[in-house]
Amino acid sequence: MSHANKLKYQQIYTVSSPEEMQALAGALAVQCVWPMMIFLQGDLGAGKTTFVRGFLRALGYQGTVKSPTYTLVEPYQFGAHKVYHFDLYRLNDAEELEYLGLRDYLSEQAVCLVEWPERGLGALPPADLWVKIEHAGANRLLSLWPKE
Amino acid sequence: MLVLGIETSCDETGVALYDEQQGLLGHQLYSQVALHAQYGGVVPELASRDHVRKLIPLLEQLLQQCDKQRADIDAVAYTQGPGLIGALLVGAAVGRSLAWALGVPAMGIHHMEGHLLAPMLDNPLDFPFVALLVSGGHTQLMQVNALADYQLLGESIDDAAGEAFDKTAKLLGLGYPGGAVLAKLAQQGQPERYHFPRPMTRHAGLNFSFSGLKTFALTTWQNSAQDAQTRADIACAFEQAVVDTLVLKCQRAMQQTQLKRLVIAGGVSANLQLRQKLTFAAARWGGQVYYPRLEFCTDNGAMIAYAGFLRLKRGEFDPDLRFNARPRWSLS
Repeated sequence: MSHANKLKYQQIYTVSSPEEMQALAGALAVQCVWPMMIFLQGDLGAGKTTFVRGFLRALGYQGTVKSPTYTLVEPYQFGAHKVYHFDLYRLNDAEELEYLGLRDYLSEQAVCLVEWPERGLGALPPADLWVKIEHAGANRLLSLWPKE
Repeated sequence: MLVLGIETSCDETGVALYDEQQGLLGHQLYSQVALHAQYGGVVPELASRDHVRKLIPLLEQLLQQCDKQRADIDAVAYTQGPGLIGALLVGAAVGRSLAWALGVPAMGIHHMEGHLLAPMLDNPLDFPFVALLVSGGHTQLMQVNALADYQLLGESIDDAAGEAFDKTAKLLGLGYPGGAVLAKLAQQGQPERYHFPRPMTRHAGLNFSFSGLKTFALTTWQNSAQDAQTRADIACAFEQAVVDTLVLKCQRAMQQTQLKRLVIAGGVSANLQLRQKLTFAAARWGGQVYYPRLEFCTDNGAMIAYAGFLRLKRGEFDPDLRFNARPRWSLS
């Protein structure tokens, strides 16, 4: 895969297929250090869940990676390491994170991949990394940004 | 035996009373009731999923509705999983402690078992059967051999069908969640104008994938004139693709299991196209399709009370005062 090298900040990667998206995410996953808070920014259908699927595959997870839109969070375990895949799309209020017990997840030594982090701002800890995915016709433009 | 059922696995706070002789006595869902009496005339704006503040007033309302006292309750069933940990713990804590206070048994119930058995709340239905659970959160085909004997036949590997409906509606500018609006708009669409793929139908197997359809709809919309008729045409093509895929997989499941009865549960089971096509398909395999009452298709307390009743009836109950929630819990 063309993107298998170390990913760079603020470089824009053109992604032309779900497979490429997964490969890019995989390259990030193998560089990743625990714990880490990663925010995924992009419209509906941009490929955020596809990105997370690639991330988890690169860590060795073979099962299905379901959309967490309904469940809000899907946990994955890799030995002592944990990855939490959040989707805050259905959150009406950042305060709900409290009712859901999600704060407990956030305080663990885990990698958190958060879709729609905008909806949890104020209740979420700051991101270590932003992944931005934009539509560009049939392609997607992906870029990485360090802390705000 | 009078069983109280408590459901708090995700968005809804639901409670119900099921009686061994009389069947379902009543049920309450927070989103559908006004809790005037319990809040002294003032209904506060509660955040959704704030089960803590909703559950007790709802319970009081249920007892009043059914003309029962707390002391009449013979057992308590609560949703133990799967779902959101914080939400589940509220129902489990209230259910287990109420049972302890009343000196009656408690029983943790699998949320999906509740859905599978929900048609039996209204109509007699014999085991075995196949169940398609299709909602905003789930798309699963399950073989139900008997109580507590379930086999997963297939499920969505990404988005649930209802989620695909809701997200596609949003992409078409119909708001969120707009699955039902999309289905209504689809009636005005020209069925032949667009053709969407039927995901995962070419290969054998009973799994589903709906995430790609959402993206397909988006691309089609972006490359179109984006007028009202096009929106209806895309809605129509999208709905046809989802419905055809669901029907085809159901048909395969019936062939594979050699069973005749099919249960459809979950919010998407209200879809008229799905119901029509399944009726035709069922005639082909010489079987029958069953639907729970619409209000029991989505999350509710009645299905938990009923599943709890069946489990308690055969002597099951929580062994001690410990309780836990199981956010991830496989049924089969």
